[in-house]
Amino acid sequence: MTVSDTSRLVLDEPYARPILVDGARDLASITDRVCGVVERPTPPRAWYVAITITSCLTLMLFAMVGYLIATGVGVWGNNSPAFWGWDIVNFVFWVGIAHAGTLISAILFLLRQKWRTSINRAAEAMTLFAVCCAGLYPAVHVGRVWVAYWLFPVPNQMQMWPNFRSPLLWDVFAVSTYATVSLLFWYMGLLPDLATLRDRATSGLKRGLYGFFALGWCGSARHWQRFERAYLILAALATPLVLSVHSVVSFDFAVSQVPGWHTTIFPPYFVAGAIFSGFGMVVTTMVPARELFGLKELITLRHLENMNKVILATGSIVGLAYATEFFIAWYGGNPYERFVFLNRALGPYWWAYWLMIFCNVVAPQFLWIKKIRTNLLFMFVISIFVNIGMWLERFVIVVTSLTRDYIPSSWGYFKPTAVDVCTFVGTIGLFLTLFLLFCRFLPMVAIAEVKTILPAAHGHGAHGKHGGEGRPGREVSHG
Amino acid sequence: MNVFPKWTNRLRELFGLGAGIAGVYVVVFVAYGASPQTLNVGYAPEQPVPFSHAMHAGELGLDCRYCHNTVEKTARAAIPPTETCMNCHARIRTQSDLLAPLFASWTTGEPMHWKRVHDLPDYVYFDHSAHVTRGVACVTCHGRVDTMERVRQEQPLSMGWCLDCHRDAAPNVRPPELVTSMEWTPDRPAAEVGAELMRARYLKPSTDCSTCHR
Repeated sequence: MTVSDTSRLVLDEPYARPILVDGARDLASITDRVCGVVERPTPPRAWYVAITITSCLTLMLFAMVGYLIATGVGVWGNNSPAFWGWDIVNFVFWVGIAHAGTLISAILFLLRQKWRTSINRAAEAMTLFAVCCAGLYPAVHVGRVWVAYWLFPVPNQMQMWPNFRSPLLWDVFAVSTYATVSLLFWYMGLLPDLATLRDRATSGLKRGLYGFFALGWCGSARHWQRFERAYLILAALATPLVLSVHSVVSFDFAVSQVPGWHTTIFPPYFVAGAIFSGFGMVVTTMVPARELFGLKELITLRHLENMNKVILATGSIVGLAYATEFFIAWYGGNPYERFVFLNRALGPYWWAYWLMIFCNVVAPQFLWIKKIRTNLLFMFVISIFVNIGMWLERFVIVVTSLTRDYIPSSWGYFKPTAVDVCTFVGTIGLFLTLFLLFCRFLPMVAIAEVKTILPAAHGHGAHGKHGGEGRPGREVSHG
Repeated sequence: MNVFPKWTNRLRELFGLGAGIAGVYVVVFVAYGASPQTLNVGYAPEQPVPFSHAMHAGELGLDCRYCHNTVEKTARAAIPPTETCMNCHARIRTQSDLLAPLFASWTTGEPMHWKRVHDLPDYVYFDHSAHVTRGVACVTCHGRVDTMERVRQEQPLSMGWCLDCHRDAAPNVRPPELVTSMEWTPDRPAAEVGAELMRARYLKPSTDCSTCHR
């Protein structure tokens, strides 16, 4: 065993406080490092290149949405028999991605997984941006957007109410609750860091803006006491949402009677898939972002490896779910069910199915190998596969079932239009634009929370004998 | 470090209050402000000729169907052509200035441009004959037209208002021969009379979407 191997063993011992961030010797250096990203006069050149591209895509999205509103939903490829097309595929895709943030911030918080502190801020932000992209689809797919308020139970002259027995209505509540709680959670966690930025601001405008949103945070003991308590309460509230939101989304399908949709496995299978895709997207965005903004010491390889482990675990659950569906289709003896699954694998959409299997089931298995799951290039490529695979999963579920249902005379083949494609590409642009703006104007890492995991916070570190070393990584005993 | 003066703390409460009020406002606005009860009831446009229903239907006692003669047979209650007016006005008040547009229409053949008072949205299918022949009176939806100098909209004609009757039609059903009467009141409770008529004639008003939105 080499020296570095033994030190890692020591790090992973449960009774020792593991060192979760590298290179940061004291509390002030954390603040400097994270605030530095926001405070540097100009962002890196790559940031300009990226935001130019993504904002063009966002403008294309706005153009497509405007065209859709002016013309009608006929500009999409949805038509008999596939009345649901890319709109619902993309909706489920983005809602799924939105699941990583809350999982990291709420469930890992309750489970005391301290490593979450470096990535929870960015992951929560991604949750919000993904919900924005997802929410766009239900809003515009109604065709007449000016009556989209019909989705909500508001008393009106028509005496018309949403159908409370419809999972589509449950969806409205599930997603809007999720968006609200995620926003509150994210914003509340931001308060101390916004106050830090306010206090360090050099211009009056910045001080005013950060000060406004910091809501007068002054870091008193009373503030912290209430903050910690509120954080815990919100974490407890958000935890069931991680499981419930995508369960409800899966009800959109499972409550119907379409073969291939009408299965009880959908809720757990969708939730696992959502976390899988969410972590995929977090890895996809964090690998370049930590490089670009020089946060490699805060968002360490260990964080990425941990996320890869989650991807591996949830990807395996998803693979198991695919296998279970096939088993039940055979074992259940329902000829329609059996046909649907054979058709998925061997029918006209075989290419989508097998690509999905490769991306979602085969590709993540490489993460069993430590060399691969700690290699930036490999994990980036695999996370891209995960994103593609999870999009294809929703496509396969929606389209194969709708285009080959009970009546062969009404079978068809779904083809997206150019507007479909441009709208989807546009939402990717919107997501990345919001993320780039977030990276530039808000602290990407939760400064206050990361400080709590530093050795310095535990009475060691900066002033101890390890303070001068490059890696404060040898502390075994504590107190 | 404080950026803002202390009094700004109070803005927080104001903001919360404002947000709460805004929520209530939206609901009240949708429920009442945007309702035809608010927007449309009382609409009484000026017509090209100040035709008085109070005089023709009230004082003179003309039956509604003399002019709106298709009401029992078709979906629409016809607005009478100039010729119907001229049945009388060829001889009566032939020199009146007020009737000048009518005579102009008669001479040129250009129809009168009456302004429509009761206008349902295009996506609503409404059939006058279906209602009138089953005993829903003119007065029920149009009000006391026989007292109106200028016709105005009395009822909201909103979807909820239609549904109220379709869900409980009995109080508004009368013997079909009395539909044009403006003053008829039953000697027993109207709901009782209506319920009997509905039973006898198998009237079952539908509330399916496709009944009105075809």
